[in-house]
Amino acid sequence: MANDISVGKAEPGCKKIDPILVADNVTRQFGGLTAVDVKHVEIPRGKITALIGPNGAGKTTFFNLLTGFDKPNTGTWTYEGKDLAGMPSYKVARLGMIRTFQLTKALSLLTVIDNMRLGAQGQAGEGFFKAFIRPLWSANEKRITAKADELLTRFKLDAKREDYAAALSGGQRKLLEMARALMSDPKLVMLDEPMAGVNPALTQSLLEHIKDLKNNGTTVLFVEHDMHMVRNISDWVIVMAEGKIVAEGPPSQVMKDQAVIDAYLGAHADTDLGTVAINKIKVGK
Amino acid sequence: MDIIQILSLALNELVAPMTVGYILCAIGLAVHFGFTGLLNFGQAAFAALGAYGYGYAVLVFGWDLWGAILFGLICAMAFAALLGIPTLRLRADYLAIVTIAASQALRFTVGSSTAAPITGGSAGQSQFGESFYALNPFPEGEYNLGTVTLTNLELWMRVVAWGLVAIAALFVFALTRSPWGRVLKGIREDEDAVRALGKNVFAYKLQALVIGGSIAAFGGMVFVMSSQANEPTNWGTNFTFITWTILLLGGAATILGPIVGGMVFFALLTLIESFLEILVNAGLLPFLLIEQVAQIRFLLVGLILMLLVIFRPQGFFGNKKEMQFNG
Repeated sequence: MANDISVGKAEPGCKKIDPILVADNVTRQFGGLTAVDVKHVEIPRGKITALIGPNGAGKTTFFNLLTGFDKPNTGTWTYEGKDLAGMPSYKVARLGMIRTFQLTKALSLLTVIDNMRLGAQGQAGEGFFKAFIRPLWSANEKRITAKADELLTRFKLDAKREDYAAALSGGQRKLLEMARALMSDPKLVMLDEPMAGVNPALTQSLLEHIKDLKNNGTTVLFVEHDMHMVRNISDWVIVMAEGKIVAEGPPSQVMKDQAVIDAYLGAHADTDLGTVAINKIKVGK
Repeated sequence: MDIIQILSLALNELVAPMTVGYILCAIGLAVHFGFTGLLNFGQAAFAALGAYGYGYAVLVFGWDLWGAILFGLICAMAFAALLGIPTLRLRADYLAIVTIAASQALRFTVGSSTAAPITGGSAGQSQFGESFYALNPFPEGEYNLGTVTLTNLELWMRVVAWGLVAIAALFVFALTRSPWGRVLKGIREDEDAVRALGKNVFAYKLQALVIGGSIAAFGGMVFVMSSQANEPTNWGTNFTFITWTILLLGGAATILGPIVGGMVFFALLTLIESFLEILVNAGLLPFLLIEQVAQIRFLLVGLILMLLVIFRPQGFFGNKKEMQFNG
């Protein structure tokens, strides 16, 4: 099937017209278990790519490897043509590849605005000696505070500006983490389950924020279990199962793929889960 | 002993050089633990290295005051780097284990007879303060400060010691109000999150360890300077734990906390000792011997501290709001 993202047919490991991230032979073993075994994958630039798969498929581990939070057993990957293998996580972030975490990492005892300020990069005042000389960083501080306030308003967190991040609800922390990631104007945002634990009212605004990112030219790669969201906003879907990439393609196509239905959606993909559960119980009896 | 005497003893403790020594170490620990979240259980070692480095430079190299201070400082910084480089990449609890073990190892090493030519062994170092006291600007005589009477040298020692506290407090205050300090607080909360924002967490933790250790080195120098005697027994684990108590008493992530915490701790210690002595002498505590008072006071102080931590866990100056979330 033709599409505007891949070169040729959409299949696992297919070439992209304009990839931002290219990974080859990335494997990670935990003891005898191979958590990640990705032969070749390319992430398209300027698109929203969803990484889906059942629990234990290795999605988060793959995220950790790509961002330098874990070390692979083998493999190389390049971002914007730069080799990232073995690079520490903070350097990866400095290149404009910013991630969030599945278990939200809001900095609890920092105020919301300080959380945001911390997200800005290249701050002179973060150097030990320059920290003593306020004129060296006060102008920049003002600039990043203004930017932080703007983002907080966009994410509807401006009322919480002076509160500790610990005082936010789970969903608001997700928003804060995403807003904080945007402080550095990243080129590639990697969101690990951005919707987990977010109430439906917030879901809609989170979706809008992710779409906004794409409209501003940012590439988004996200891990998600919520099929509704995947269908709704992603341009491309990559399916992982048991550490391998089993399918790739535009969402409409992937959702019909038999390999995906088997691995992930299950035989009862279209049935109401309640019915499935009841039937199972009946069988058990 | 009447009440005025007891109070004046306590007041004297409030500003004594020993108190200041602990306060400086607690300020250093505030940088480590309060702001960065580093569990350093070997603050005694940093103080000891400051004191020994100073003493060695004076007694063996024959250096003057400034050179000796610098040498003590470098010793403590080198120790921080030595401990930090292998352990700061690991989880926080490993630093705690390594620092407590290293501080004990250091104490036994400097006290051993093998090290005696360098450190003075179990007798330690003494009479190294000449160049310091030579700078004393106060004319000879007695100085009456309210209830306490000091010699000119004692006054000089206290002025310098409290000057150092003021400098250290301003230094830490400036740092913690800067973006640099913000990164430290971020690391305290979650270092992976800070890493994901592009900060070199390891470098910040090492800087914090070195800075807190350097402040403790000054604490160690002040601690031994008034008596001009530096013995290995000074630097046991109780030194570290008194420092921790002072920090938690005042509030871990505060500047004024360690200062007031230290003053309260030592004043309380003296008050309790004096009152117990009165009670024992009056025969009101028949189960206690006068010789046991010095030990039992720590027990009572411990009890008071436990109550304080239960009912005011944020310390004197900590933000109550912060503690609500640690629950």
